[in-house]
Amino acid sequence: MAQIRIENLHKTFDQFAAVHDSNFAIEDGTFFALLGPSGCGKTTTLRMIAGLELPTDGRILLDGEDVTFRRAAARDIAFVFQLFALYPHMNVEQNIGFPLKCQGMPRREIRERVRETARLLRIEDLLPSKTSKLSGGDRQRVALGRAMVRRPKAFLMDEPLGALDAEFRQLMCGELRDLHDRIAATTIYVTHDQLEAMSMADQIAVMNAGRIEQIGTPQEIYDRPASLFVADFIGSPPMNFLHFEAALEPGSRSVQVGNASIAVPEIREGRPSGPLVLGVRPEHIRFSDTGALRGRVFGAEYLGTTQIVTVETEPGRVRARLPSSLPVEVGEIVNLTFRASRLALFDAQTGSAIKTESHESVGHG
Amino acid sequence: MTAAARSTAHSIVEASPRVKAFAAAVVIFYALVTIAPMLWIVATAFKSQSDAIAYPPKVIFQPTLEGYVNLFTVRTRQTPDFIASLPPATTWYDKLVRKHDMVIAGPSKVMPRFINSLVIGFGSTFLAVLLGALAAYAFSRFRIPLADDLLFFILSTRMMPPVAVAIPIYLMYRQLNLTDTWTGMILLYTAVNVSLAVWLLKGFIDEIPREYEEAALVDGYTRLQALRKVVLPQAVTGIAATAIFCLIFSWNEYAFAVLLTSGDAQTMPPFIPFIIGEGGQDWPAVAAATTLFVIPIVLFTILLRRHLLRGITFGAVRK
Repeated sequence: MAQIRIENLHKTFDQFAAVHDSNFAIEDGTFFALLGPSGCGKTTTLRMIAGLELPTDGRILLDGEDVTFRRAAARDIAFVFQLFALYPHMNVEQNIGFPLKCQGMPRREIRERVRETARLLRIEDLLPSKTSKLSGGDRQRVALGRAMVRRPKAFLMDEPLGALDAEFRQLMCGELRDLHDRIAATTIYVTHDQLEAMSMADQIAVMNAGRIEQIGTPQEIYDRPASLFVADFIGSPPMNFLHFEAALEPGSRSVQVGNASIAVPEIREGRPSGPLVLGVRPEHIRFSDTGALRGRVFGAEYLGTTQIVTVETEPGRVRARLPSSLPVEVGEIVNLTFRASRLALFDAQTGSAIKTESHESVGHG
Repeated sequence: MTAAARSTAHSIVEASPRVKAFAAAVVIFYALVTIAPMLWIVATAFKSQSDAIAYPPKVIFQPTLEGYVNLFTVRTRQTPDFIASLPPATTWYDKLVRKHDMVIAGPSKVMPRFINSLVIGFGSTFLAVLLGALAAYAFSRFRIPLADDLLFFILSTRMMPPVAVAIPIYLMYRQLNLTDTWTGMILLYTAVNVSLAVWLLKGFIDEIPREYEEAALVDGYTRLQALRKVVLPQAVTGIAATAIFCLIFSWNEYAFAVLLTSGDAQTMPPFIPFIIGEGGQDWPAVAAATTLFVIPIVLFTILLRRHLLRGITFGAVRK
């Protein structure tokens, strides 16, 4: 197993920069997710680490060894594809054994290793089957088996659950994490699905337009987004943004949004007057008579235990996650209270988070 | 009554029995129209010379192997006295020939010509498919500068009839001493076929997800190994279809063969008319030659039929 370091990695296709000066290090045994919308450069980054694509600039280090321009086969990593890429002209056993056959391992040993891997994945009974006869989940297990059998330094997975249906995806999420815990392999997992990333990863890197916006644990990313993009991308429904204009004083504990004075964590940096954004997660909003921000209820979506209530306020539309037992009527005038300690402030122009008591150090990529 | 029985509507996906019967009739009629001449040729090869030109045409006749014997041998006419002075005929074909006051002087040129056709036809097909597959793979997988223009250029070589350049090629070949050689003919047919091969195979290789070979690359294969062991086995349908099209062209090609071959490398198409000229119009021998000429293509197509059925849709449907 291995540590993976990426230094100033850069990739341009013709004129288009797919990946901009990325830097990160993945410690041995970490489950690392690259998360972002499609076209953000996450797959390109992964393919460069795998050696399927050559970077325009920068270095890739595997256990301290520079592998930037090494052949894919010489890197000792395994790749799991979204479409599984099981060889259709081979059965399950041959598919799993293929990487060992490439290495020229004796047939007896291959057999043994394939059986051992199949036992780990609980697919021993599938070994003689044709791959075309398998269900999506079983195909993915075979693809994982083919990756594991070589005992590589690291696993790279490109949306491995993307082709499965929702119900099965959840099951496989659990299985993948469980497998990772058992073999403790360094894993890079590319996905556009925040739930997958949040539920499985130790560390997440959120990417946007070729840049890494933030790296952190799932909780850090959710609670202390480093940028407007991350705040907007993570969470469903996403964070609410209230736009306002103000100057900031270090030590101040409130901001003036329109007519309302809203309590925020202690501000740690001073700023001249300019456009700012107050970010508040839907679950940190309550209705209360003493609330500073007034608004009119626009609509409510019932979600079982909770409901998402949309409220039209002067600085903009706000969505609140409230218990569904709370009676809400459309058109009703309500006062909103925000949980002060969980609010975030952003610079509207650069999109980056402003330092506050709860947003002390924000990990930037 | 069940709902299905009451309904008068047809299924959208299944043709009605009447339509099916009509379709079958059309297919059978078409098959008869195309196969009948073939059957007539096969039958003519077993007729005697007089039966072959009888009017009205004979459908039922006394079969004889004269046509085949005449095709494979060179004979000379002799006086009955001379034939009587010879030792008695030992083989069935000697006897057959002597009935017509002739003796066999030696084997005819048909076998060398047939071998020429086989070598040139299959040789150029193999080369065209091999080069085509490599080029198609490159066009399909790599970012090649001006790829579209190059592909159009390759296609444009098909836009005029090859015979249009027959004279320049003849002059060129004479300079290079390539006229009437296997090498020359194989090169020529490969050049004509390779554009077709590139275009057909590119379509098939485009359909194969590149993840397959990328998986193989990560697992330890080189690019060429991945092509040979992972991509080509999956493109076998396309390769079969392409090979058949290439073979049919080079096997049947007449104009260049007449112009560029006369002896050593002459193929069957220009040779068959020669049979007509030798000693009267020997239609059974011509028919025998034609039958012999058709056999390899039929065998090759039957051999690849399993792949061809899927391949003929040009990769339109995902496997």
